[in-house]
Amino acid sequence: MELNFEYLKEHATERAHKPPPTLELDHLDTLWLQVTGTLCNLACLHCFISCGPKNDSHDYMSVEAVRRAVETAAAQGTKDYYFTGGEPFLHDDIQEMIELTLEHGPLTVLTNGILIDEEMADWLAQTFRNSRYSFDLRVSLDGTTKSENDALRGRGTFEKIIASIERLYAAGLNPVITVTTCHAGSGGEEGRRKFYEFVRSRGVEQPRLKFLAPFKIGREERRGGGYEEWERLVEGDLLPDEAEQLQCSSCRMVTSKGVYPCPILIEYDDALMGQELEDGLQAIELRHQACYTCHVEGVTCST
Amino acid sequence: MQHLTKIAVFGGVYNNYLSLEATLDDARQRGAQEIYCLGDMGGFGPHPDRVFPILRGADDLLVMQGNYDHSIGNRLDDCACGYSDPRDNHFAEISYEYTFENTADDNKDWLRDLPTEFRRDWAGRRVLMAHGSPRRTNEFLWESSSPDAFLEHLLVEAEADLLFVTHTGIPWQRTLPSGKQVVNVGAIGRPANNGKTTVDYAIVDVFDDRVDVELHEVAYDHERLAREMQDEGLPDEFVETVLTGWWTTCVEILPAKERARGRY
Repeated sequence: MELNFEYLKEHATERAHKPPPTLELDHLDTLWLQVTGTLCNLACLHCFISCGPKNDSHDYMSVEAVRRAVETAAAQGTKDYYFTGGEPFLHDDIQEMIELTLEHGPLTVLTNGILIDEEMADWLAQTFRNSRYSFDLRVSLDGTTKSENDALRGRGTFEKIIASIERLYAAGLNPVITVTTCHAGSGGEEGRRKFYEFVRSRGVEQPRLKFLAPFKIGREERRGGGYEEWERLVEGDLLPDEAEQLQCSSCRMVTSKGVYPCPILIEYDDALMGQELEDGLQAIELRHQACYTCHVEGVTCST
Repeated sequence: MQHLTKIAVFGGVYNNYLSLEATLDDARQRGAQEIYCLGDMGGFGPHPDRVFPILRGADDLLVMQGNYDHSIGNRLDDCACGYSDPRDNHFAEISYEYTFENTADDNKDWLRDLPTEFRRDWAGRRVLMAHGSPRRTNEFLWESSSPDAFLEHLLVEAEADLLFVTHTGIPWQRTLPSGKQVVNVGAIGRPANNGKTTVDYAIVDVFDDRVDVELHEVAYDHERLAREMQDEGLPDEFVETVLTGWWTTCVEILPAKERARGRY
């Protein structure tokens, strides 16, 4: 079944009165942890939760809070874990949190890489080699040139991110380079090919990349514009088999404030499901306009 | 303790009729009385139709549908692998189109109608065989990304004590803290990205009070397969895998640990 955008626009008024679709949690496959909240060393112009050095609307998580959430998830048979922020490597206890999580399952840490010095890169590579479960880093890079990347992530970040990727690779890690496809064509086949070639040209012989569509909320709303009124989901919109492909049918996000459906919606107070992970296991309503992006683009935040 | 029967389990044929013959010979020589194929007949290798007389003509063989078989059998446009690397997508398309065009209609119909799981009771253990995972045909159960607790959950949900799967192409097995067992039998169609040209399958010994599972490597005439792949115009990259034992394409699905063990 194809999405018919013209139909959605033409019927925006009548659709506006329909309730959103409801989505059950099939199983808690994936636990996200917002370990450094919304605090980040960068203030990227496309950040959908407006992270930055001054945004402490979600504070750091304590090691104990991370342990509690991970152990609760593990008891339910969770498949994998993701740390994000903000910038996870701002946290003084990041190593302890990585170690305790890897005892329970595979972990991916999403980072801009800039704070990873040689010593940390060595520790991460050693942890990768010694861990029973897979351990991955995802490093964000938003262009194959300085001007493309720095227009989004800030002046001087291109060189710093590339240096970090090279440092990690030299230490024995092969991070997944994550590209948010804000620039025209960057998500298309040619754009992706260019990225793979660029990464190979920097000496990474086994390039690993992930491409993510931008969400038109947070700082990205001010940069690239927000959602149109008709860009929302109503009951009956989900395509056959779509429910199980939407990540929110199998994930939850824990922050210092409580539990949310997914990594995208933590700045929406009405998305807060409760204080503890157990509070977040019920069905959700796909009433946020960001849900429309996952529906259209097939977005999954997982690697 | 009494030895009741011997069983072989394999998956991932990938058009490799030569390794299929070698695996069946090996299993039968070892005394296997029942043999199970967990799906994915097509892709990668030469002459897709050559595997069907072997698979369809044997009384001791039971065959299941994999995700590739579902796509070919239902005449879908592609294998739905959806790689983000255009290079991986390119090779996945070549593989699918070649297999689709060279699979007879009658064989496609046979693939379409295959069962998607087998259940057995061996020594009082509830045995489940699936292609990917008990809940999804196309779910990868890799060793490094399948925590014990997750596998326990899958087996409890599926009401099974012993699970056999394939789909990833790399074999492993684990006994969980509860005593339940998971066996990924690997694939017989291409080597397991380990620098060996052999392929892998499982031999199961059923006793009256326990079930033993052993993974086996099988050698076959991989040089002949490589020549036939070249004659069919299949990509040199595929041929290289058969000759060296290292995966060269469609590697982005590998978790970091499994990827790091490979050459590409």
